[in-house]
Amino acid sequence: MNLKLPESCKLSNEYITLGVDIGSTTAKIVAIKDGEVVYDTYERHFSQVRQKTLEIVRRLEGIIDRPVRLAISGSAGLGLARVCDIPFVQEVFATGETVRRLEPDTSVVIELGGEDAKVIFFKGGADERMNGTCAGGTGAFIDQMATLMNLTDDEMDELSLQHKRIYPIASRCGVFAKSDIQPLLNQGASKADIAASIYAAVVNQTIAGLAQGRRIEGKVMFLGGPLSFNKGLQNAFVEALKLSEEDAVFPEYARLAVAIGAALYADGQNVSFTYDDLIARLENATNVKVEKAHLPPLFENEAELVAFRERHAKASSRKIDPATYAGDAYLGIDCGSTTTKLVLMAEDCGILYEYYHSNQGNPVEIVREQLAEIYDLCGDRIRIAGSAVTGYGEELIRHAFHVDHGLVETIAHFTAAKYYDPKVDFILDIGGQDIKCFKIRGGAIDSIMLNEACSSGCGSFVETFAKSMNYEIGEFSNFGLTAKAPVDLGSRCTVFMNSSVKEAQKDGASVEDISAGLSMSVVKNAIYKVIRASSAEDLGENIVVQGGTFLNDAVLRSFELEIGHNVTRPAIAGLMGAYGAALFAKQQKKAESELISPEALQKFTHTTKAVTCHACTNHCRLTINTFSGGEKYISGNKCEKGAGLKVDESRALPNLHAYKRDKFAAIAGSMEDKGERITIGLPLALGMYELAPFWKTIFEKLGFHVITSGFGNRRLYAKGQYSIPSDTACYPAKLMHGHMETLVEKGVDAIFYPCLSYNMDEKVADNHYNCPVVAYYSELLSHNMDSIKTTKFLYPYLNINSDKELSAELCEVFKDEMGIEFSKKQMTAAVVAGRAAYTEWMADIRREGERAVAFARENGYKIMILAGRPYHIDPEVGHGIDKLATNLGFAVVTEDSIDTLLKPADVDVLNQWTYHARLYGCAEYACSHPDVNLVQLVSFGCGLDAITTDEVRAILEEKGKLYTQIKIDEITNLGAVTIRLRSLLGALEQVEQRPELTTSKEVI
Amino acid sequence: MSARVERVIFTEEMKREYTILIPTMLPMHFKIIQSIFNHNGYKTVLLENMGDEVKQCGLRYVHNDTCYPALLVIGQFIDALNSGAYDPHKVALLITQTGGGCRASNYLSLLRKALAKAGYDYIPVLSLNFSGLEKNPGFKFTLPMIFKAVNGVLFGDLLMLLHNQVRSYEKVPGTSQALCDAWTKKLEGMMAQKRVSYKKVKKTYVEILKDFDAIERGPRNKVRVGIVGEIFVKFSPLGNNHLEDFLVSENAEVVLPGLMDFLLYCVYNGIVDHKLYGTGKLYATACRVIDKYLVKKQKDLIRIIRENSSFSPMTPFDHTRTLTKGYIGLGAKMGEGWLLTAEMLELIEQGVNNIVCTQPFGCLPNHIMGKGMMKPIKENHPGVNIVAIDYDPGATKINQENRIKLMLANANREV
Repeated sequence: MNLKLPESCKLSNEYITLGVDIGSTTAKIVAIKDGEVVYDTYERHFSQVRQKTLEIVRRLEGIIDRPVRLAISGSAGLGLARVCDIPFVQEVFATGETVRRLEPDTSVVIELGGEDAKVIFFKGGADERMNGTCAGGTGAFIDQMATLMNLTDDEMDELSLQHKRIYPIASRCGVFAKSDIQPLLNQGASKADIAASIYAAVVNQTIAGLAQGRRIEGKVMFLGGPLSFNKGLQNAFVEALKLSEEDAVFPEYARLAVAIGAALYADGQNVSFTYDDLIARLENATNVKVEKAHLPPLFENEAELVAFRERHAKASSRKIDPATYAGDAYLGIDCGSTTTKLVLMAEDCGILYEYYHSNQGNPVEIVREQLAEIYDLCGDRIRIAGSAVTGYGEELIRHAFHVDHGLVETIAHFTAAKYYDPKVDFILDIGGQDIKCFKIRGGAIDSIMLNEACSSGCGSFVETFAKSMNYEIGEFSNFGLTAKAPVDLGSRCTVFMNSSVKEAQKDGASVEDISAGLSMSVVKNAIYKVIRASSAEDLGENIVVQGGTFLNDAVLRSFELEIGHNVTRPAIAGLMGAYGAALFAKQQKKAESELISPEALQKFTHTTKAVTCHACTNHCRLTINTFSGGEKYISGNKCEKGAGLKVDESRALPNLHAYKRDKFAAIAGSMEDKGERITIGLPLALGMYELAPFWKTIFEKLGFHVITSGFGNRRLYAKGQYSIPSDTACYPAKLMHGHMETLVEKGVDAIFYPCLSYNMDEKVADNHYNCPVVAYYSELLSHNMDSIKTTKFLYPYLNINSDKELSAELCEVFKDEMGIEFSKKQMTAAVVAGRAAYTEWMADIRREGERAVAFARENGYKIMILAGRPYHIDPEVGHGIDKLATNLGFAVVTEDSIDTLLKPADVDVLNQWTYHARLYGCAEYACSHPDVNLVQLVSFGCGLDAITTDEVRAILEEKGKLYTQIKIDEITNLGAVTIRLRSLLGALEQVEQRPELTTSKEVI
Repeated sequence: MSARVERVIFTEEMKREYTILIPTMLPMHFKIIQSIFNHNGYKTVLLENMGDEVKQCGLRYVHNDTCYPALLVIGQFIDALNSGAYDPHKVALLITQTGGGCRASNYLSLLRKALAKAGYDYIPVLSLNFSGLEKNPGFKFTLPMIFKAVNGVLFGDLLMLLHNQVRSYEKVPGTSQALCDAWTKKLEGMMAQKRVSYKKVKKTYVEILKDFDAIERGPRNKVRVGIVGEIFVKFSPLGNNHLEDFLVSENAEVVLPGLMDFLLYCVYNGIVDHKLYGTGKLYATACRVIDKYLVKKQKDLIRIIRENSSFSPMTPFDHTRTLTKGYIGLGAKMGEGWLLTAEMLELIEQGVNNIVCTQPFGCLPNHIMGKGMMKPIKENHPGVNIVAIDYDPGATKINQENRIKLMLANANREV
């Protein structure tokens, strides 16, 4: 790069000035001599921070002809600076230096690094913001996504420029986004569209997570590696921020801005070094061993390792050469989130053929190739007598190739494990993205636990990490076996692990130690976060571990060490799903398999097309897969309407979520009917999802016109996203911003969402609080949303339990805030009417609940209490999970439609929130009714549910009921939800077939 | 209570034989108050176990999404029980409960569940609260004890205030800490006396002030950094990765609003509730009396600091609470509630333009009273830097320190 520094940043010519920026993945160095950048470099350091810096400085020997001034910056540079006693400057501060002196009229800088994202405001109150602990989607995230699609960064960038549509991808953290992308890949969406969608998600995350209520406008400069390379990402930012060409600045030095800033900072420091001195310091640093707490090594000595290997060699599988076999065979396919597995099994369960490969974003093509291969092997000797498919891509593959059976993954894995060890009482499966584990009691699945969306991706995480350090996964995990001092990387989500790794690298940890540390983290995550075991005895005696991740010996060893005893790992650990499917196909044997014939396979074609479904308000983005012969399979839909099916409404199962939504739709109101009246707008979110009829009636009685903001949707969310100050709040709260914007747009005269410390007192609990977010979110809205400053926003603190108090308070509010006086009598009459309307509203919901239960009992349907908060019925919050449940054959009721108000629930926690008390009541109701099951909806980030989930589970488990929990967020992928609900169904069917198995059951 | 978890009652016999374990939030305050309990016939131990084991114990026995303070406090208890230092059949555990709408009121239930999980279900758990939750025959926080504790809290606040104003400037490092330790010891002795006259208390304030003033120190010219936030991570070094020490090592002076503010906030909420909702008239009247009493005590201390030293006193609470006007309603009372906003404004009024807002990851009240109020505060006070730091078991120190360093870099540029 040939950059001549302007007059405004004249550096002392007596020195060579170096700026060193060591980020999480790359090292950047600039050398400035006589006011000119004479050397610059940007290269990956593969966590060899100190060696890399030394290597680069050595290259400068020819340039350095006078004393050197330098400063180090960057997230991984602090340790180095300390050891060498070289000035350190915080990286955001360094960026600021560069901008202030090179482009002083800049208003905002957006800088994306390997793992950091920053927004720096220069105009109107300088402010600098970095991503917090929960914000992944940056450079490393883009890398990870590219790897997932088997593309290089450049290829992904190029592809993205040809996109036709953008899929919604969760923008909270990398792991969530990944679970959105994976199914898209599996469903055959085009890579160009996904690439562009990934960039859009990164943009969303930056704007929502960092701008936090401040609009990004004026001249915006984009810095950092990803933003200087990726044209697609640049476009996405410019588009989202609606910037003109002059206002979007992509400087040539984008990726070197921090290094330049460090140099500018160094010039002001009164410290200089000779070349030799500098080299000596850096050399010294590479030798310093940092004393840090670490974990014990995986193996104390070579002998232990040898014994370990011998022990696991025993769990090998029996292979049969297909050339020597004639007869029936069964095909099992496991189309997982990252890999596709196939097994062809002989009549005696020996393995004829196996296949395990990353699905490279196109599982259909892989299965087609493999089927062709298998038919070749079979010749005339082997007849495929049955076939089954499981995994994320189950439906797609089933339709594409006419596979005989589809089964849920949990059942497939159990079937395989049982075959390997009939005594198995605990199975842990860690795949690319999922952790599944189940306890077995009496030969049946006793409890199933799946990982929450936030800790998924553990298996593929190690792999992606290995690649980022330039190693193959096998090689990388072998390193771990010989680690002397594994680093402790914690056990939370992968985003946190990334920064722990960064910290370890900073301290000079070796690749071996990091590899072993990662393995231990994956294991701890599984044990303490997913299984939530407090001791090894909790797990079981005969443990089978499986899934591709356990092929990694370091992970296997870590697991044995952590739980303190040995386990069985079948040699086909990565193929257990496929093997289980093959066994299932054998059990369910049909007279003739319908699997696609060799002839049809030759002519097989597959094309995809993306469309938006308009059959209902969900507006699902659908992918239409068309196979040879014109057969179609539609994916991405949340209900059967999208799947192109005709729905006979009269035959639909009762769904209280839908019933309640219809009630709210009926009271939405419209601005057209306002006439001469003053309009009050109610944002239909959080607590308004219950109290809207109460307020609406009161205000209408007073002569106002009342409308609601209507249901939430993606577009509405995006509208308010810019003003969200706390990105870790729950999604229902964040949606509130969009509802406010909607009401402003509709032109209401005032918006009403009161502050309610106390909710309705239903007299069944110790107290009747709202949660802090429901109670006080208005305070936040009023100060963070500039757009509502022109609309009257009423958010008084009210006591809704007393007609007298409420009337007096409301009189005061209208007088003080709107200059409207109501008589006490008038107000009391309105409040009394409001309460009557509310009481009738709730009673109607309960009557409908009773009807639903009665209908289900009469017609033999299972009943599901899909329990959460009132606002979980919002289509954007609940993501259509209710419809999914009715599709699976459940009659769905809500937590407020069951009459739980008879007596206080028997709980071990302080039962002090109105909404949450209903959950405990429902749990007790489910316990006393065999045909009723409770599924709890939990919003990501809901602090109170950390308490309620454990308690609801305890209540259910005590009475031998299944507990199922579904965590929901922005995430729109229903794949994981389907697994949970189908597993629940599977477990219930098992119990029905063998009623003696009614012990405690659980699906998390 | 269900049959799943049993509540063990703390009997009067137990009072004689059992040792009560208390988690540490503020070492000086708690030591002084602890001696009041000891004087009244309780055997108490203030837990000082820290470090990774505590965190690991918490992760094992508490739902991982529960707030970090709960995880640490419960982790500290179980780690102590596992250590073998106490006979588990002869200990009880003491934990505070505010009874507010925050999940913190459930720490006690979570502790009991964790104990059951760890095989300690026979250990009695005591609730220290003023909301009439759970009572035990063998454990009473009597009125005379409460009066003494009030003095204890004010002594603690005074020591903390002076220590922060001295430690960053002392000529001989460690002088201030040594003096704190010495005074804590002395005050423990004082609390063990049967009766302590208020005259004596005030005299002691003066002695403490004189002692600290005598420490040789340089000019008071460093960047002052205020700490606000969720009460546990704000105060406890275990919760905030030794934030105070870090700030001092970065050449800053720490300003930490005292514990009395939090107590006054809890009391004042009783008054506000009645005013807003017309409920709890009797309770509100009591709160009014207590509020008046405590505010008076705090003002006495402030006056004595002014008259006897050059140190900057704390802000009187009846002023602090007026600062929320135009920002947040006094009805926002869950967690630290409006106090959190008020303390940021109080610091700014004192000329402290750099504020670290600490909170456990995902802290619900903090979404609103902390992060939600930063925009208006900054708009009205342009030179102010506020940095929000999240604490949880997975957050790394380097990330937290990096962000604080960024703020300090800005602050130093302005100095």
